[in-house]
Amino acid sequence: MASNGGVTWRRTEEVHVLAVDDSLVDRKVIERLLRISSCKVTAVDSGLRALQFLGLDEEKSSNGLNVSLSSSSSFSRISVSLPSDSHLRLLFQDLKVDLIITDYCMPEMTGYELLKKVKESSAFREIPVVIMSSENVLARIDRCLEEGAEDFIVKPVKLSDVKRIKDYMTGEGEKERSSKGINKRKQRDSFDDLSSSPPSILSSPSPISSSSSSSPSPPSVQSASAPSSPSPLDSPTRRVKMASSK
Amino acid sequence: MDIVNQLQRQFIDHSTSLHREGIVDDQFTELQKLQDENSPDFVVEVVSLFFEDSEKLLNNMARALEQAQGVDFKQVDASVHQLKGSSSSIGAMRVKNACIAFRSFCEAQNREGCLRCLQKVTHEYSLLKNKLQSLFRLEQQILAAGGSIPVAK
Repeated sequence: MASNGGVTWRRTEEVHVLAVDDSLVDRKVIERLLRISSCKVTAVDSGLRALQFLGLDEEKSSNGLNVSLSSSSSFSRISVSLPSDSHLRLLFQDLKVDLIITDYCMPEMTGYELLKKVKESSAFREIPVVIMSSENVLARIDRCLEEGAEDFIVKPVKLSDVKRIKDYMTGEGEKERSSKGINKRKQRDSFDDLSSSPPSILSSPSPISSSSSSSPSPPSVQSASAPSSPSPLDSPTRRVKMASSK
Repeated sequence: MDIVNQLQRQFIDHSTSLHREGIVDDQFTELQKLQDENSPDFVVEVVSLFFEDSEKLLNNMARALEQAQGVDFKQVDASVHQLKGSSSSIGAMRVKNACIAFRSFCEAQNREGCLRCLQKVTHEYSLLKNKLQSLFRLEQQILAAGGSIPVAK
């Protein structure tokens, strides 16, 4: 990473994921899944901490800036409380989050509530949010998707889930999607599941800060033509990419 | 190389029986896939976290169910829910299934039923712990003898 006048530039291939889960075991697993998929990970144990990391929490420290550093293997984990000044944000460009993956059932703040807060924020609403849950409840899934969740994964999370998520984050032209067999998705076409990987549902995505096309044309299967090289999927699945309505 | 072969065979047998008896499921295999030279002790680390976490939760359940002045079934259920989640994440299938049954007794606020379930979950947990510790021991023995750990297909 080159440093230039206090601004640190992130390598474009490196994806930074903020993982939120109150279970220590699950955090350990999701961290490993993400790291083995070449993602940078910051794992926190609550929605509140996630908001704090993003600088979205209401209670900011009085001196404005509060940084503690801890290194873990080749990744640095930085806890920071930032005021909303954008120039200060630039200094911490390295912390820029590309994806939030959160558990649904958490005490104090659920994943759904965290999702809402992120989507309500002008600064962070573009960040794709993926919800994980051990409960496969259609109403819950729908509610999350309607609120703007990118995807919904039923736990336990597998490597193929993470690979799939990473693929649509790195912005291929044609996204792929697999249906969980829960095919009651409002206003969307659905495809039958073609893959053996655990399916999940792709929602209407908010514009992702990558070069993804959001064409409302009928979905068709195309080979992925990504500007950045996508990681190979275990099995091809099809996805519907909807124009953003947010 | 005889001793290594012997140990590897024992490892495979042990691993196979773990799956066959439903003590672990595919998710455990998924975790093993995540172990590599960058993270050579990943499975042992996660499982150790799971053991610590589980024992705390089992204690919580026991204490909550002991309360003479009235059992807080919500509290019991919360602990069972957590254990169900973490056991699912590491592929501890029988523990997970025992938790599922447990939750319905919590919902029914049935203390006797809950106590029976706690016994069952504790039993399954102990079984899992013993078997996994044997598996890890075999791994260590194989490595110490200069061999490599057979990879699950």
